[in-house]
Amino acid sequence: MTTAPPLSTTPGAPTPQALGREFCTARLTDMLRIRRLEERCAQLYGEQKIRGFLHLYIGEEAVAAGVMPNLRPQDKVVATYREHGHALLRGVPMNTIMAEMFGKQAGCSGGRGGSMHLFDRATRFYGGNAIVGGGLAIAAGLALADRLSAHADAVTACFFGEGAVAEGAFHEALNLASLWRLPVLFICENNLYAMGTALSRSQASIDLTAKAASHGIASAHINGMNVLAVHDAARQAIEQVREQGTPFFLELHTYRFRAHSMFDAELYRDKAEVARWKQHDPIEHFAGQLRDAELLTHSDMQRIEREAEREVDAAVAFADAAGLEPVEQLARYLTAEDAQR
Amino acid sequence: MTQSPSTTSYREALREAHREALQRDPRVFLMGEDVGRYGGTYAVSKGLLAEFGDARIRDTPLSELGFVGAGIGAALGGMRPIVEIMTVNFSLLAMDAIVNTAALYRHMSGGQFHVPVVIRMASGAGRQLAAQHSHSLEPWYAHVPGLRVLAPATIEDARGMLWPALQDPDPVVIFEHAQLYNLEGQLAEPAPQVDIERAAVRRAGRDVTLVTYGGSLPRTLDAAAQLASEGIDAEVIDLRVLRPLDIDSVLQSVRKTRRIVAVDEAWRSGSLAGELLARVCESAFYELDAPPARVCSEEVPMPYAKHLEEAALPLAPKIAAAVRAMMKPVGGAGAAPR
Repeated sequence: MTTAPPLSTTPGAPTPQALGREFCTARLTDMLRIRRLEERCAQLYGEQKIRGFLHLYIGEEAVAAGVMPNLRPQDKVVATYREHGHALLRGVPMNTIMAEMFGKQAGCSGGRGGSMHLFDRATRFYGGNAIVGGGLAIAAGLALADRLSAHADAVTACFFGEGAVAEGAFHEALNLASLWRLPVLFICENNLYAMGTALSRSQASIDLTAKAASHGIASAHINGMNVLAVHDAARQAIEQVREQGTPFFLELHTYRFRAHSMFDAELYRDKAEVARWKQHDPIEHFAGQLRDAELLTHSDMQRIEREAEREVDAAVAFADAAGLEPVEQLARYLTAEDAQR
Repeated sequence: MTQSPSTTSYREALREAHREALQRDPRVFLMGEDVGRYGGTYAVSKGLLAEFGDARIRDTPLSELGFVGAGIGAALGGMRPIVEIMTVNFSLLAMDAIVNTAALYRHMSGGQFHVPVVIRMASGAGRQLAAQHSHSLEPWYAHVPGLRVLAPATIEDARGMLWPALQDPDPVVIFEHAQLYNLEGQLAEPAPQVDIERAAVRRAGRDVTLVTYGGSLPRTLDAAAQLASEGIDAEVIDLRVLRPLDIDSVLQSVRKTRRIVAVDEAWRSGSLAGELLARVCESAFYELDAPPARVCSEEVPMPYAKHLEEAALPLAPKIAAAVRAMMKPVGGAGAAPR
């Protein structure tokens, strides 16, 4: 079952000209950094430097790039196993992300988590979760803590895929957030496939915002391939959550260009569909928009590419050089006392 | 000011423990089904809503996975929630949150995050509530690294364990056997502080070590009283902490008595009793004068009919019989136990 790609512009979203060169270049850079990181991770996985499961965000960059700049340091982020881009744009250094994927002690989770479990306390990045739907109740709880401790305007941003909507946990968490007025921004990255199962084959009703509405939560459908549309929608949604202290649900229509993970033969979708969505590549599309608006020159683009490559190279070098945790410490990280050893 | 001990119940002791925690630490709040307006399904939280308000005594929807997950999230976010799951039977719905979030976050994050949540649940059988309401799944939780598992079996522990559990930076699961809520007894005033580390000898003895926890403690003590009248002096150890197991206290006793019977209301296969006996064999095999034994629930879902339920449970007569069988001298009739 194929789906027509979404419109390339969202009515009402600010134009690149209105937002300015610096802002737009930053968004483009953010997306490109994710893209180059993910491409390198795929390569490193082939070289067996990254092991286990690896889930790439290629094609979906506009979502993280559009949402993250709207969050403040005191806000909290909960993500999924496809979270490298979210971690990076939240501010987790690429060095420590790469080291984590290499299983090194200098990794952002001490080498204990790997690709699916990136965590960072300093940036309030609460993981990295391999259980589909596992982060939703956590996000509700983090928001509850903010409400109870009078951090009145902190927002908890919870990213999840459309597959999570089938889990009971989704409904339980949305109901709680609505009932208890919890400041959660629920960001559903609808890339149409939960591993190999198309949304239309697993949900009797595929309008996901309607499910949020059934719990009394305000929602919006957004073109997730357009970074400015995402940014503007997220800005408004976050403002509302912050001001009213009630949850909001964004359904972002997006698409992953690569397989679910490195093991996936993609038997469940047709190459023509992937090719159609690639025509809406968020990076190429945005770069084109910026060139048309004369906000991006060829040498700007080269510079951004060069810097991204340099950052990735440095991250790989860092990860390569980093050491492994001594095996004697295996039983660490179970209790607070272990942490002090 | 020290007053003479007062008569109270396990239930009331738990309630007082909650009141103390809510008064002392503003981060503490209670959440669960019917903890507020209903007053708690076992009346533990009766009156707390009126005293502390609905921000801190939170009735939840019937969403175990959701509200346990949220409690865990709130703990991650700096609060000290007490999450009451009505019974262990319903906790299965929340297993993912407990095992895949609470137990794992410190480890998966390389020590950056921790989950100071206390999860309380009623467990056990004996009131003809039939198969879905009679589980003893303590071994399932005691199996998981990252959890501390407690089983207060006395009024003193019901009163005292909650505060240190709340101060623990990591998740603590507390099992309250449903038949203990009505237990009455004396509690010193002020209530003594207790640890959440060690087992306790509830009855000193010389001939055999009986190790147990939770709702099986009164049964084991009853069996010990019966055995005493027959000249068998049993030492009864209350584990109190199911994870991490205080095996040292058990070994100390076994080295003295040289015989051990573990009593566990969980089904035999995969029981905590099995784990205990394995550890005793590993560390004190040559100190044993008889093969270790255990008395557990029969391997059948808990039946409704009273006589069948009683036949399934490790009640005092069965415990005493297991000890008698163990005390029979090897290779000679009539020789008295040491």
